[in-house]
Formats: sequence, C-alpha cells, structure tokens
Amino acid sequence: MSEQAINPGPTGAVSDRSILKANLRRAERRRKFRAYGLIAPLFLFLLAFFLIPIGSVLYFSISNPEVVTMLPRVTAALRDWDAQSIPDEATFAALAEDLKRGYADTTLPKVSLRLNYEVSGFRSLLMRTGRKAKRMRAPFKEAIIARDKRWSELIYWRTLKANDSRFTLHYLLQALDLDLQWDGSIERAAPEQQIYLSNLRRTLWIALVVTLACIMLGYPVAYMIATAPPRLAKILILLVLLPFWTSLLVRTAAWVIVLQKSGIVNDALIGLGLVDEPLALIFNRTGVYISMVHILLPFMILPLYSVMKGIPGDHVRAAASLGATPRSAFLGVYFPQTVPGLAAGCLLVYVIALGFYITPMLIGGGSDQMLAYLIAEFATNTANWGLAGALAMLLLICIAVLYPLYQRFAGAGGMKLG
Amino acid sequence: MIFRKYVAAAAVTLGVVALASTAIARDFTIASWGGGYQDSQRKNFFKPFGDSKGIKVLEDTYLGGWAQFKAMQETGNRPWDVVQIETSELIRGCEEGLFVKLDWSRIGPKDNYIGPAVTECGLGVATVSQLVGYNPKNTKAEPTSIADFFDLKKIPGKRGVRSDPKGTLEFALMADGVDVKDVYKVMSTKAGLDRAFAKLDSIKSNIQWWEAGAQAPEWLISGDVVMSTAYNGRISKANKDGHGLKMIWQNNILYVDKWVIFKGSKHVDTAYEYLQFFSDPKREAAFTNDYTYGQPVKAALKYIKPDVAAALPAGANIADALDTGRQDSVEFWLDNSDEIFERWTAWKAK
Repeated sequence: MSEQAINPGPTGAVSDRSILKANLRRAERRRKFRAYGLIAPLFLFLLAFFLIPIGSVLYFSISNPEVVTMLPRVTAALRDWDAQSIPDEATFAALAEDLKRGYADTTLPKVSLRLNYEVSGFRSLLMRTGRKAKRMRAPFKEAIIARDKRWSELIYWRTLKANDSRFTLHYLLQALDLDLQWDGSIERAAPEQQIYLSNLRRTLWIALVVTLACIMLGYPVAYMIATAPPRLAKILILLVLLPFWTSLLVRTAAWVIVLQKSGIVNDALIGLGLVDEPLALIFNRTGVYISMVHILLPFMILPLYSVMKGIPGDHVRAAASLGATPRSAFLGVYFPQTVPGLAAGCLLVYVIALGFYITPMLIGGGSDQMLAYLIAEFATNTANWGLAGALAMLLLICIAVLYPLYQRFAGAGGMKLG
Repeated sequence: MIFRKYVAAAAVTLGVVALASTAIARDFTIASWGGGYQDSQRKNFFKPFGDSKGIKVLEDTYLGGWAQFKAMQETGNRPWDVVQIETSELIRGCEEGLFVKLDWSRIGPKDNYIGPAVTECGLGVATVSQLVGYNPKNTKAEPTSIADFFDLKKIPGKRGVRSDPKGTLEFALMADGVDVKDVYKVMSTKAGLDRAFAKLDSIKSNIQWWEAGAQAPEWLISGDVVMSTAYNGRISKANKDGHGLKMIWQNNILYVDKWVIFKGSKHVDTAYEYLQFFSDPKREAAFTNDYTYGQPVKAALKYIKPDVAAALPAGANIADALDTGRQDSVEFWLDNSDEIFERWTAWKAK
C-alpha cells in the first residue's frame, strides 16, 4: 500500500476510503497479472500440446475434403442432378477430366480410398477408370461405362453427390454403428458390421469392474499404510511404487508367464493339490481383470493414502468414546472424510483404464478388446484418421460426462480445476 | 557492456547453428523392421555397403502401417531414403507417388529374381511364409495337411491363429478345398466369404489369437496350443534352440516385403547402388544363416546348404503358396479390407 493511503486528505474520511479503494484495486490488478503471468507458461503448454492436438483430432472426425478438392468438376456437375437416373454426357465428361488429372497428380488414390469407406469396391472402380482416362475421348458416357459397367449403377453417383461438402457426419455416425445413406438418412449398420457400440460398452464395463476391484483391494492397503508406524509406512509405500519402475509392457509380459497354463500360478495350485487341471487364467476376461487391477492399484492407493494421512486418529477415538460402535464410527466419521481421496482414485483408475489396450490385447481373448485398440488400428495402421478421431471423440465424451460426477463427490476437499 | 557481449555470443551461436543445419544434409538412411532382423541386415548388407562406398549408412525402424507415410505426405518431410515395407503400403505409396517407379536397368535383369520380388516400385527383400506349425510333443496324431488344422476329432486341442483377417480367411478357404488360384474369386462373392467365416467358426472355441510373431512358437513350446499359424522364420529360430517344431508347407501364405526408394530423396543414386549391392546371391545366402527367410535372387539358392534350404520359403516349398503380392490379392484387400475388418472384429467378439 502506498504512502497516499496513510496520509489523510483535506476532506478527511471519505477521501481516505476512495483512495484506499483505488489502491486496493491497483494491488488486486497487479496480483492478478502476476498470477496470470505465472500460469501463462502452463496455459501455453496446454494449448500447444493438449488443446490444439485434440482439437485437430476432432476436426479430422468431421473433415471431408477429398471429394470436393480432388474431384471438383464432377462434384459441380452433380449439383443439379436429380439422383434418379444416370447422369448426362456433360457429367461423364467432367468425371473423365477429373480422373485424368487425379491420376496424373496422384490424388486419385486418396479420394478412391475415401470413397471406398462409403461403398466397398469404389476404390478399384475409380482406379481402373482413372488409369485409362487419359486416352478417353467423347462420347465419354459410352467410353466410361465400357471401361467399367459399374458406372451405370446409381449408387456410385449418388455417393459422389452426397459427399460434395467439406464436412461430413459419416465418421461420427460410423463410430455409433450408424450408416449415413446417400440421401442423408441414417440407418443402423448391418448386424455383422456393428462393432463400435458393443466395444464401447465392453470398455466402460471393464473399466468399471477394474475400478471397483481397485477400491476393494486398495482401500484396506491405503488404510494400513496411513496408520502404520513411519518406518513401516515408508517401506510399504516403496513396495506400492516399485511396479512403476518397470514399463507397462514388461509387467504385462510378466503376467503372461505367471498366468499361462504351465505358469507359476497353475504349477503352484496343481503342486498344492488344490486343482487337478490347470485353470484358464489367461486369454480370457479373468486374466485381463487380474493384470489391469495389478497395474492400476497404485493409482487408487496413493490418493487414498494422501487423504487418509490427513485424518487425525482422534476422530474415530472420539466417536468411540461417545458410544459409537466400530462400524458406525467408520461409516459415520472416518469414511466420509476419505471420500475426496476415493473420488480422486476412482477418477484416475477409471480414466486410465478406459484408455488401456495393450494389456487386453496380449492377455485377453477375442472378446476382450477395448476401444483404444480400434483407435490405434485406425490411427497408425490404416491411417483412417476420420474414424480414429470419431472414436476418440466418443471416449472423450464418456470421460467428460464423468467430471461433474467427480465434482459432486470430491466436494471441498477435492481438486478443483477451473 | 556485459549485455552486449551476451547478445553477440547468442548471435554467433545462432549463426553457426543456421550454417551447420544447411551444410549438413541427411546421410543415406535405410529403415527396416528392427530387432535381430535388422541386426542381421546390418551385418550382411548395410555395413558392407557403407564400407564399400565409403559413406555413412544411417538406420531407422519402421514397424508397419500407413500413418507414418501419411504424415510424410502432409509435412513434406522425408526422413528415410529406402524402407522395407509390406505389399499394401507398397501399392498405396506407388500409386500416390510417394515411391520411385524403379528403373530396373539400374538394378539388374528381372530374370535374376523370383516372380514375386519384381514389382513396379519395389524390390523383394525376403520371402516370409505364414504356415501351420506344430509341436510333435503336444499331439499323438501328427497333422499331415492344412485340413487337419480344422479337424478337431483327429487332433484335439487349441490352435493359435493370427489375429488378422488377411491371410487367415484365405487359409480357411484353402483348407476347405479351394484351389490357390481361385481363392479371391471365391472370396469376392458373399457365399465365398461366408464359407471362410464358417470354416473358422467350426474351431472358434479352440482358437487362441496371436498378435506378435513371437507368440506362436512360444505357445507351441509351452504346450498352450497344439498347432498354430506362424511365420516360418520364427519356427526355425525356435528349432535352432532344439525345440523340434515341425512345419506344413502346403498352401502357405507368402509375404514378400519390398525395398522402396522415396521420390524426391537426395540419395536416389546411392539407393539404386544399394539395391544392386543387395542383389548379390552370395550375400543373400549369408543372410539366411541368421534368418531362414527366402531370398529374392534365384541364384542365391545355389549357395545355401540343402538342410537350410529345406526350411526356406523357396523352391519347392512355395510351389503352391499364395503370393499376397499378386494382383487379385492386392485389389481384393484394397477394396474390401475396411468392411471385412468390421465383420471380423464383430465375429471375433461374439
């Protein structure tokens, strides 16, 4: 606060207050700038490495530039087409010109692949015709249909017309097992092609089961560490953190050795005479649950431990001294205070579990695949970034929906972001 | 004074860095599959080539998929000059103008190479077969044909199968009696595709899916499965450690990866020289001592010991093989892989 605030003005108290207010506002502004300045690097970091990449992934999921930019003439020619009968000679001429140029500048394969997502076989149709387009002469309608009879089928033309916009709902709908038809109507995909929603359901379910298992197993462990004498607590924390020193893939591979038919667990069980046949602990859902819980348990234990450490032991003792049974002391006094830690642990475990795919891929069977596997397949293997983006958006929405739920439970003791 | 000194120092550093980055062009770079395979290639091809030309040969790893090439197209960046790729990426890259259309006069006479090794944009690197492997210790009755893979009565037990419709659907059809020439004609019809899925359905509850090549021989050795589709090189490697696994070569699925040269690379001449260097039959024969993959140069077979040659995807072993690089195979999968992938995923999850 500056000197002016202390020296009283000629008019006395009122002036004092307004000067005080001005100084306060200035100080507040300075404090705010300093605060913004301190978080500016973090904000820029988030912008560059989080918001922008995610934004572009989401943009890919609705972006549809191929047909409009690589087949411009036929797209323009189809604008006035009624979609009820084969297009006229002028449209075929436009197609021939587009194919000729597309083949020469190597954009034709890209748009062929894009249209193949809509109608299987469209790729070979465009490439076959494109290869001979340079030598085609009027009348183009005859020449093109002679090259490939499929050009007299309306479905291909209708699909071309339907994709004359830079944006499309095709990928987003495909991620929901829906098919966008040429006339804009939406239909469910054929039953043998429906994989995304069931995969999503399975992913959410597996993550839920893993989270619940982590609560059951992690809560007692966290309690034990929080109430143990300091030296023992340190050792126990070290044991919880130890798995982080090895990579996820190594831990997963280790589980294969432990759980397989002639692995450590089965050998021990048979050796002890508890079972006659080796148990099927791997390449099924059981193995996936066991390994995922093992990998995610520390994420539940650590937040719980940090909250439990802050609960004074006096509270439960006070409750007991006032006549509470151990059960009601726990439920009424201890447990509610651990809820923020529990909420944080659940959020961490659930969100990480949603993104798992390597562990289910190596330890699970055919019906244990999670959504991230499909996202990885489309992102890195086939480079269908539209569908990968749409599926990623699906996961993102599922996670975003969780956050208000977390807020409600985390309450005053939990983290507040924003 | 001090401030000015710092500014000067910064300016000089920036200047040096700028000059250096323009002066240093990227050395000739080859990308391959990595691991022991690339170590072997380094010993037999990369290092000798670099030494003979007195140049530095840099290496990188490429693990498959199109995404890296798509990124290269979008950014215009070309981190490699030569890369070893699979057929589907080869066709796509060749058509999209990413790879050089090879001038065979700069490599060698096409007759020197086996048929599948010669393509518009790629030179075959090695032949890999996906076939049926089994461990005689795990089963009383030994399988004699690929039809036995689907015969649960003759040979009960679990089967390992690659978690990919490509190669697996064809395998099912051929085991059902379809001739290798007609596989794609049959698969292009709805009835044919249904037939392939039905054949796999007949053993579905006994299937264990593998993603990585190393899993199949592991499971055969540990007794988890009684038979498995597997890569021949992996089985041979396990046999070097004395595990006694056996292979059925009938109608094996042949994969021939290819070397390609990037268009616009600054080392196109060096790349051609490398491809010529690679085509030496003696050198290729030496490579098979480490990895039992067949070699693209026909003459290499002369320099390979007969007992090693018996386990190679070469000569008689690939007489009735299905070459995944042939025209109808490539066209079929380019047209239908998206749709079939969805059907396959749905079917697997049931």
